[in-house]
Amino acid sequence: MYNEVVMDHFTNPRNVGEIPNADGVGSVGNPACGDIMEFYIKVKDNVLEDVKFKTFGCGAAIAVSSMVSELAKGKTLDEAMQITNASVIDALEGLPKKKHHCSNLGADALHRAIEDYQAKQKGNAFDKPSDPPEVCSCPVCDVSDAEEAPYCASACERSSTK
Amino acid sequence: MRVINMDHVAASPILPEVVDAMLPFLKEKYGNPSSMHGMGEEVTDSMDEAREKVAALINAKPQEIYFTSGGTEANNWALKGGLFANRAKGSHLITSSIEHFSIMHAIKALEKMGIEVTRLPVDKYGFVDPDDVRKAITPTTALISIMHANNEIGTIEPIAEIGKIAKERNVPFHTDAVATVGIVPVDVQDLNVDMLSLTANPFYGPHGIGALFVRKGTKISPLLDGGIQEGGYRAGTENVLGIIGMGKAAEIAITQIQNRMDHVRPLRDRLMKEIPAIIEEVGFVGHPTIRLPGNASLTVRYVEGESMLLFLDMEGVKIASGSACISRSLKVSHVMLAMGIDAGTAQGSLLFTLGTDNTNEDVDDVLRILPPIVQRLRDMSPLYKKTGRIKAAS
Repeated sequence: MYNEVVMDHFTNPRNVGEIPNADGVGSVGNPACGDIMEFYIKVKDNVLEDVKFKTFGCGAAIAVSSMVSELAKGKTLDEAMQITNASVIDALEGLPKKKHHCSNLGADALHRAIEDYQAKQKGNAFDKPSDPPEVCSCPVCDVSDAEEAPYCASACERSSTK
Repeated sequence: MRVINMDHVAASPILPEVVDAMLPFLKEKYGNPSSMHGMGEEVTDSMDEAREKVAALINAKPQEIYFTSGGTEANNWALKGGLFANRAKGSHLITSSIEHFSIMHAIKALEKMGIEVTRLPVDKYGFVDPDDVRKAITPTTALISIMHANNEIGTIEPIAEIGKIAKERNVPFHTDAVATVGIVPVDVQDLNVDMLSLTANPFYGPHGIGALFVRKGTKISPLLDGGIQEGGYRAGTENVLGIIGMGKAAEIAITQIQNRMDHVRPLRDRLMKEIPAIIEEVGFVGHPTIRLPGNASLTVRYVEGESMLLFLDMEGVKIASGSACISRSLKVSHVMLAMGIDAGTAQGSLLFTLGTDNTNEDVDDVLRILPPIVQRLRDMSPLYKKTGRIKAAS
């Protein structure tokens, strides 16, 4: 199901763990969706000196987290904010379509950690994430996947009410 | 690497005797049963024998067995054909909230066509309460369909009792017995069912062949119209190869069913008892005793099923999970949610379905391989950390 790059990052994930006294922490996902990603960053001179993560999720979620941490490490904050869903998928040399939402989550979690850091710099408590965390990104709701679409809406309702 | 298949619900090995019985029908016996000449006749005779064996497996009459392409077709046919033929009676259907997709999605399609549906809840073990069925029956109830057992949870439903109620109230009753036929004794007389779906692979027959039992006198319309195969109830040239294989597998199952149950039950019991003893926070799914003999369904907290399955696969262990990430729809198993298991816990679902090819050595290997995988993933999990526990050495 997964290519070699994805399997490599899944079986040997880079930068797993937490950073004590991290400069920024960002978390996305919920257990109902199947994935939770938490990113920790250490910032020095506007550069991501260290990036670590903890992830609950499938093989793709773990590989995505690992890849995002690698892409981000050593980048400036502005550069790291440019890491997108698509660039993570490219770096992993592709993910199965139904796993594309995992790559969204990885970039989101990193961006949230950066926003957390920036808010702290300004002396504000970071309270409102830039995108809604409790929504199950559901690629099967994508109208292009007509086969599953008829049954998806009710399934989405069910898991979001739980 | 040794391969350990504990995912018999997905695929069971085909018995060598079954393969041997099928081979001539891939070679010289390629005739079409509908032919009037000798080539067709010899195939028809073999097919009739297979039908007798499948009927014997569930204590039905041969003329009550209609071969289908598998469980999905049998389920679709029972629902759609059953409701269509009984539309004079009404358009109300009673089902459970833990059915297989081939029932659940067929019913969603029927709802769009105006069928009114009552979905009965289940308790924490996954049982449907027969009393709920009794209360749900209305004068317009045209069909009841409740599965015999769900492979994801293993619990065996009180079908005989529900069947008795259906009979008293004169409502046709269908059960999806794909998970039970050939696995535990199934007798359509004891179960009081009018229709029953079954498929061959769970009892070591080939994939792509199943059957619907339709009790004599039960109203049903064909799902597939065309030629007069299967008495005009299921058109299309018969899957002779599959039918022969299913017949042979049924013949063997009749004599072997008790041995098979006695073989898998102690192995299943070891998994259910020993996994929670070596891995903390493992939950049981389903009823502890009224369950399929080779079925162990567990939940491992703080980790997700697919990642466990991937690591297990690398070590040769093949199992299943009801986790959202596994399903094509990316949704947690509706079955576990219906039982009141929260979505987060259900993500850590592990499903072991054992077969005759499994051994105590297989169980030993699983008990050795699984704990470090769980620990590795828990160490990576933000949920595990938050509980603040002291981690057990793995």
